[in-house]
Amino acid sequence: MPEGARKIRVSCIVNGAAVTCEAYPMARLLDVLREELKLTGTKEGCGEGECGACAIEMDGALVNSCLVPALQAEGAKIRTIEGVACGGALHAVQQAFVAYGGAQCGICTPGMIMAAVNLLARYPQPNDAQIRAGLSGNLCRCTGYMKIFESVVAAVRDAETRA
Amino acid sequence: METRVIGKSVPRKEGREKVTGSARYVDDLSFPGMLYGVTVRSPAARGKIRAIHFADDIPWHELIVVTARDIPGKNCIALLIEDQPCLAAEFVNHPEEPVVLLAHHDRYLLEEARRAVRIEIEPLPAVFSIEDSLARKEIIWGQDNIFKSFYVEKGDVECAWAGAALVVEGSYETGAQEQLYIEPQGMIAQVSEAEGVTVWGSLQCPHYVHKALMILFGLPRERIRVVQTETGGGFGGKEEYPSMIAAHASLLARKSGRPVKIIYDRAEDMVATTKRHPSRTRHRTAVTRDGKLLAMDIDFTVDGGAYETLSPVVLSRGTIHAAGPYACANVRICSRAVATNAPPHGAFRGFGAPQTVFALERHLDRVAEAVGIAPEELRRRNFIREGQTLAVGQVVKEKVDMNGLMERAFELSGYYAKRKKFAAENSAARGTIHKGIGFASFLHGAGFTGSGEEYLASEVAMEAKADGTVHILAGSTEMGQGTNTIFAQIAAEALRLDCEQIRIVQPDTAYVPNSGPTVASRTAMIVGKLVETAAVRLLATLHDSGFLHDGYSAGDFTRACSSYVSRHGALKSFVKYEHPHDLHWDDQKYSGDAYGAYAWAVYVAEVSVDTRTAEVRVENFVAVQEVGKVINPVLAAGQIEGGVAQGIGFALYENVVWQEGRMVNAQMTNYVMPTSVDLPVIRVYFEEIPYGRGPAGAKGIGELPLDGTAPAIANAIAFATGVDVRQIPITAETLLEMMESAHA
Repeated sequence: MPEGARKIRVSCIVNGAAVTCEAYPMARLLDVLREELKLTGTKEGCGEGECGACAIEMDGALVNSCLVPALQAEGAKIRTIEGVACGGALHAVQQAFVAYGGAQCGICTPGMIMAAVNLLARYPQPNDAQIRAGLSGNLCRCTGYMKIFESVVAAVRDAETRA
Repeated sequence: METRVIGKSVPRKEGREKVTGSARYVDDLSFPGMLYGVTVRSPAARGKIRAIHFADDIPWHELIVVTARDIPGKNCIALLIEDQPCLAAEFVNHPEEPVVLLAHHDRYLLEEARRAVRIEIEPLPAVFSIEDSLARKEIIWGQDNIFKSFYVEKGDVECAWAGAALVVEGSYETGAQEQLYIEPQGMIAQVSEAEGVTVWGSLQCPHYVHKALMILFGLPRERIRVVQTETGGGFGGKEEYPSMIAAHASLLARKSGRPVKIIYDRAEDMVATTKRHPSRTRHRTAVTRDGKLLAMDIDFTVDGGAYETLSPVVLSRGTIHAAGPYACANVRICSRAVATNAPPHGAFRGFGAPQTVFALERHLDRVAEAVGIAPEELRRRNFIREGQTLAVGQVVKEKVDMNGLMERAFELSGYYAKRKKFAAENSAARGTIHKGIGFASFLHGAGFTGSGEEYLASEVAMEAKADGTVHILAGSTEMGQGTNTIFAQIAAEALRLDCEQIRIVQPDTAYVPNSGPTVASRTAMIVGKLVETAAVRLLATLHDSGFLHDGYSAGDFTRACSSYVSRHGALKSFVKYEHPHDLHWDDQKYSGDAYGAYAWAVYVAEVSVDTRTAEVRVENFVAVQEVGKVINPVLAAGQIEGGVAQGIGFALYENVVWQEGRMVNAQMTNYVMPTSVDLPVIRVYFEEIPYGRGPAGAKGIGELPLDGTAPAIANAIAFATGVDVRQIPITAETLLEMMESAHA
């Protein structure tokens, strides 16, 4: 950190729990999550907001945590991949990613699942174009996205079947 | 053959960890007292290191500084040969070549320190193109700038020209391509007197790293340990370069006495690590009036960059695939890998074949046009059949029906109707959107080339525990392609168990045997067969011991294991690869049975081109392939879809911009890979003809989709625009230029 930079206290809600930590104001939220809070499920792919591997939800919006300064997290409600499953039970999107081949190497998967979960919150019945657009900020080099689209469609369908 | 688990889409073995974020990649690991390491790199393409300057305003006494002088063994990253230094000592031969290493616990200070090191270089003339290297403008490697050359000859090409109705020539080029795994490269090392050198990292080939570290440290086998952490994609990019990072982290760990982590950021990963070899292929083809190939004269050159690394092997695969799945009596292939002052190019899925297949399939469309027949008709008249001989002299003993694959691909894509429709619409030319449809037909050999598997002599071990779980021990790595899952399926099938009862031991050179590198579409077919054999032997041991009888249940199996282990201590089996006696390869003549088996495929691409903006969209894609028995349909289709997506990037978007040997667009912002809105629906179909020597009949598929995608797209663009596409990537800028000069 540049000389003179002082750490600040940041208080926020992460995955339902209130947390307070010390961080440089311009530290990347990604690093605060991974290093201070040991939530390593959020990944770094590019560090410049292109790949979406570090995507999290902040006050309900999907953001790239590599582009969010720590000070901006003050008072925010944050959800990371660790907060998607409920206890031991996988979210419908997570289940579908396992069942339909949505995850290969797995490095884009946490961000991709955050994007899919966020998409379904906005569009519970997304059409093909909405799925593609909703995931377009998340790069995957393994799947060619086909199995990811199928997983999202299956998550919607399976959630309906269960309802 | 009735199967229980093979052919079923069993969920990915490590899927739950991956979807919950609990899978541990190298950057997720942290050790007490750990330092971070960074690399200071050459600012110049070629020159003599005059001095290394350390600026005043950094507390250098707090930093660990490593140069070539700190290397205890040999200063090289040992691969095929030992020409690449671990740290440049006197000379640098490419931009971004590692010269100095730094470590500190504070990453911010470390970054400032990295910028405060200045490497003073007396420049030497450098070479940046295949042409200049071949012209020996400067000799920058060996005697002649040539890493390796091959000469393949079948029949007599020279006698064929005179009798030909037509001779068609063409030169084709492919660009560098970045693997762009989403997890950047990284390693953690720990070095101590007691334990020797241990590294954990993102890698494809633990035993490559192991060998490189033995030579770098001058230590025996048992003093080096390499552990693969969860690996976020490789595609070849983590075949050879991880040895470099492991070496650097280990040197810093040795000097500091602390664990050291090196994680490349994206820009460093793109600018410093390997890429697909840029290439140039020249074709001269003699053909009869009715489109029968009389002679194929092929000249293939790849740019290997500054050190040899894997270029000879990439060249080899490209050479062998250069004449495609065609029967031609007279073929000559001359090829060479040349040195330039760019960072070494390296392994990337397809490994030379995508380059030569692009050239051939684009060229054959031009040959068909010259003859005046449809491109499919030219292929049909020349497709190889069982019993015929490939360019390298291999008699095809597999059942092969390229024509059948082609017709199926055409039917599924509506090829004939669309070709007619698009031709009519394009010539009517209302609006600016032109449409095209094109295809490529190709083959891809699985496993190491020629005698390669014999030399590798891969080994796999299996152990059944008293609780009935069966552990597979192999150096083969999971990097997303499905090794864990298919190994479990193969073992479960052979043992008549469920996949849950099978465990995959984390690749760790201290515990697993060397099953060879995870490359060359060899893991399912070659190593998978060893897994199957190990399971069969394990079962035989249990049967022979009298603890297990026919018609056993999973419970019976567990009780038998428990009894066996309590009586004999352990239940293990161990298998070593045995090369089939009827596969012969002559390394001198470069002829014979190049591969145990080939996958065969026909891909069809449909594109639209906006003739005003030159923007190309792939609208539809059909991939039909014969790959032997499919072990896991979801995983296999995922391999093809992902490979096609990379192939679309290779064809259209992924343009490495070079400036004096350095990639200048080393960001995801300006090096563009396909996103979810760029790709068409990719439809994948498998034909399954079981291969006798593969596990349950499987062949290799990993690299296949990279070969045929780009030429299918290029042919479709040529059809849509009338532009004679000769090089990829076909970016909007290059296509616009080509369209303008075609109409000028």
